Amino acid sequence: MFSISLKKLKLLQQMKNNIYTTLGKCCLFALFLLNVSCNNDIEESNQQYPQLNPVNQDQLAGTWKPILLTAPDEFSLDVPVATTTAAYKAEINEIKSYQSNITNDQQRIIKYWSAGGVLRWNEIMQTLVARHNRPPYQNQDGTYPTPTTANPFANPQFPFSNPPFAARAYAYVSAAQYDAMVATWHYKKVYNRAAPFVVDGSIQVLVPKSTLPSYPSEDGVLAGVTVEILKLLFPTEIAYIQEKADEQKLYRIISGANVRSDVEAGAALGKKIAAKFTARASTDGAGAAIGNQALWTQLETNAIAKGETPWLSLDLPVRPPMLPLFGNVKSFLMKPADVVANRPSPPPSTNSPQFLTELNEVKKYSQEASKEHMKIVTFWADGVGTYTPPGHWNAIANAAFVQENFSEVRWARNLALLNIALMDAAISCWDAKYYYFNPRPCQVDSSIKTLTGVPNFPAYVSGHSTFSGAASTVLSHIIPSKASKFNTMATEASNSRLFGAIHYRSDCEKGLLLGKAVGNFAVNRATTDGAE
Amino acid sequence: MAASNFYAQTEMDGIMMAKNNFCTGAIYEYSSWNQYWEGTYKRENLNFGTVSTQKISVNGNYGITDNLNVIFSIPYVTTNATAGTMSGQKGFQDLSLTLKSLVYEKEIKGNWLSFYVIGGFSFPTSNYVADYLPLSIGLKSKTVSVRLMSDYQYGDLFATVSGAYVKRSNIEIDRNVYYTDEMHYSNEVNMPDAISFNARIGYRTSRLIAEAIFDNWTTQKGGFDITTNNMPFPSNTMNMTIIGFNGKYNLKQISGLAIIGGLNHVIAGRNVGQSDSFYGGLFYVLDFTKKIKTTTTDEK
Repeated sequence: MFSISLKKLKLLQQMKNNIYTTLGKCCLFALFLLNVSCNNDIEESNQQYPQLNPVNQDQLAGTWKPILLTAPDEFSLDVPVATTTAAYKAEINEIKSYQSNITNDQQRIIKYWSAGGVLRWNEIMQTLVARHNRPPYQNQDGTYPTPTTANPFANPQFPFSNPPFAARAYAYVSAAQYDAMVATWHYKKVYNRAAPFVVDGSIQVLVPKSTLPSYPSEDGVLAGVTVEILKLLFPTEIAYIQEKADEQKLYRIISGANVRSDVEAGAALGKKIAAKFTARASTDGAGAAIGNQALWTQLETNAIAKGETPWLSLDLPVRPPMLPLFGNVKSFLMKPADVVANRPSPPPSTNSPQFLTELNEVKKYSQEASKEHMKIVTFWADGVGTYTPPGHWNAIANAAFVQENFSEVRWARNLALLNIALMDAAISCWDAKYYYFNPRPCQVDSSIKTLTGVPNFPAYVSGHSTFSGAASTVLSHIIPSKASKFNTMATEASNSRLFGAIHYRSDCEKGLLLGKAVGNFAVNRATTDGAE
Repeated sequence: MAASNFYAQTEMDGIMMAKNNFCTGAIYEYSSWNQYWEGTYKRENLNFGTVSTQKISVNGNYGITDNLNVIFSIPYVTTNATAGTMSGQKGFQDLSLTLKSLVYEKEIKGNWLSFYVIGGFSFPTSNYVADYLPLSIGLKSKTVSVRLMSDYQYGDLFATVSGAYVKRSNIEIDRNVYYTDEMHYSNEVNMPDAISFNARIGYRTSRLIAEAIFDNWTTQKGGFDITTNNMPFPSNTMNMTIIGFNGKYNLKQISGLAIIGGLNHVIAGRNVGQSDSFYGGLFYVLDFTKKIKTTTTDEK
């Protein structure tokens, strides 16, 4: 925009008097403006979490039922040296040496990890998932490269942590951490070695004092078990993961909660337990879930043979469907027959009046996007570059668990139940998606515009709905007082996909039901694992 | 990537409204791109095709004194993608208010050297969604800026250079966890500040202005790049270098009425679309100094 002015060409009057007052005013104004909003610091909810100080130490958790381990002592742990030995005294002196000069960075590490090892590793997982949750970029010829474990650093890096991959990753880490904590509690009781601050009263303790024996250190075990599993799941992140593990181990020593041998023995035990899980992960069928061209064509042919409109990728260039064989991945709790038995009844035929009714409903939401709906769509979108819907439910769980002051072993158990259920949700949902191979609304009617990205897999049933149904069922069992809150969230997450115009009502409603059915497998386990 | 409303034109030109004169008008602008920079990698995205932004703005500039002008602008923005499924957005974007002060002016052998201090403030006027790039209509941040500008008029030719520091407020998005280059467990997003540089050179009389423009917008620390095949985010480092041409003509037939128009082209960028844009508008000057409308406000 331009304004008209004759100033330059005609006047110089009254300038001198005004210049200096105006200049002064301008500078004051400028300073005011720059100071209006100078505080840009963001308060992050997970930085406010208090130090973990469990109300119940779950003394008997060594008897809880593990997930994969045949017994809590399936893997051996060396007998610790006695607290009267010179070797132990040297370890006490190491603590004192650290405590005589705690750096700011070490204080940061203590503040971070003392909120809970299971919690922090779960958040690290969320970070890794978000960082790797990006579909590969196409080749010049319009095909897509596939991330591979054989060469994880190549472009595209392994993994593409899409929702099924993420659900499985969270499940393996949580399940392994749980088994490792059961073993830890078992050995704590067996060896009954006192904590360093009990042995030497002059040691400061920078975290709440645990009444449990300190050998092995739960944090050492967590670091050991988690590193090994994450190496398999996120092989390009080993340096980052190792740095976190080293921090966690160091924090226990500096804070006076453990001596080095508590921590190192724990890490060694954790590593052995992890091997059982990584062996299972290598043969659970996830590696083959991507399928091949023949399979992709077959899925389409099958749908056409049934007289239905087959799903087509809406990505450009056209992208192969996401993990069509993920429904065959080996569950921790469901047998293959359970997956089939819980498969939702067929969606409305793409030729049926009900289908048209549902399609029109989607179109209506697409055209009448209220601000409130848009907010719901965005809040639950959890798409590319995020921690995925399973990650979102982990974050919800963590925020709730913090208020419950769970012990590490109970925290691990509860996240294991949640994440095994979320993995089962992925398995069952992906089974249905590729069994029915149902098209997305905007594939059938290209005038439907969406408020969030269209995922590259069939519509029926909604993944968000299945994940949310499963998660809310498990969390409601764990914290019954918040059941209605979790159910409301699940319904909102489910609806968000309809509001976003990427799912039909049937996808959402049947997805929620499937999720609840799947979640009940974990709830049944919860009632028999010895923790309740 | 949608941040094409980085600045208004008027605050960066070496022209002042005379006291009690009010210039107001409307501008239509069309801008589009089919290639963008993902970090430093230039690419297309077939899932968006060509992304366009149309903007209709109402603008005004009032001379509080001959040396102090207050300027406002409010655009209504509509976005669209020609491919893919994502729905375009529309709505009133940010109101910008600017105080522009001529702080020094000197005649040197018939030519004029002048200095300006310009303070700006902008804020969103509707509850639009920023976290919907590249189709959101704006970034939702409140901004304050201070610009220093110098102008030299040599006969009918002129050159103007200016630089500004733009401070941007945090924004709130409809998520409570998001990933930039790390996880954030908050719905608040820290928006990096920016420095804007503008240079223009051309022909300027009271009848006609024709100028070439060079403009650079550089995001300061705190931003981050779009990673491969990821979606853009409001706090991305968004840099762009633009060249353009502006023209303005004051009609002889209708005194006080001016036609403006121009073209802009992004020649380099980072995490922004390589947009081409054109605009046109009409402005009219109202003189509140006298009760009776004078027949001539122009001369030369």
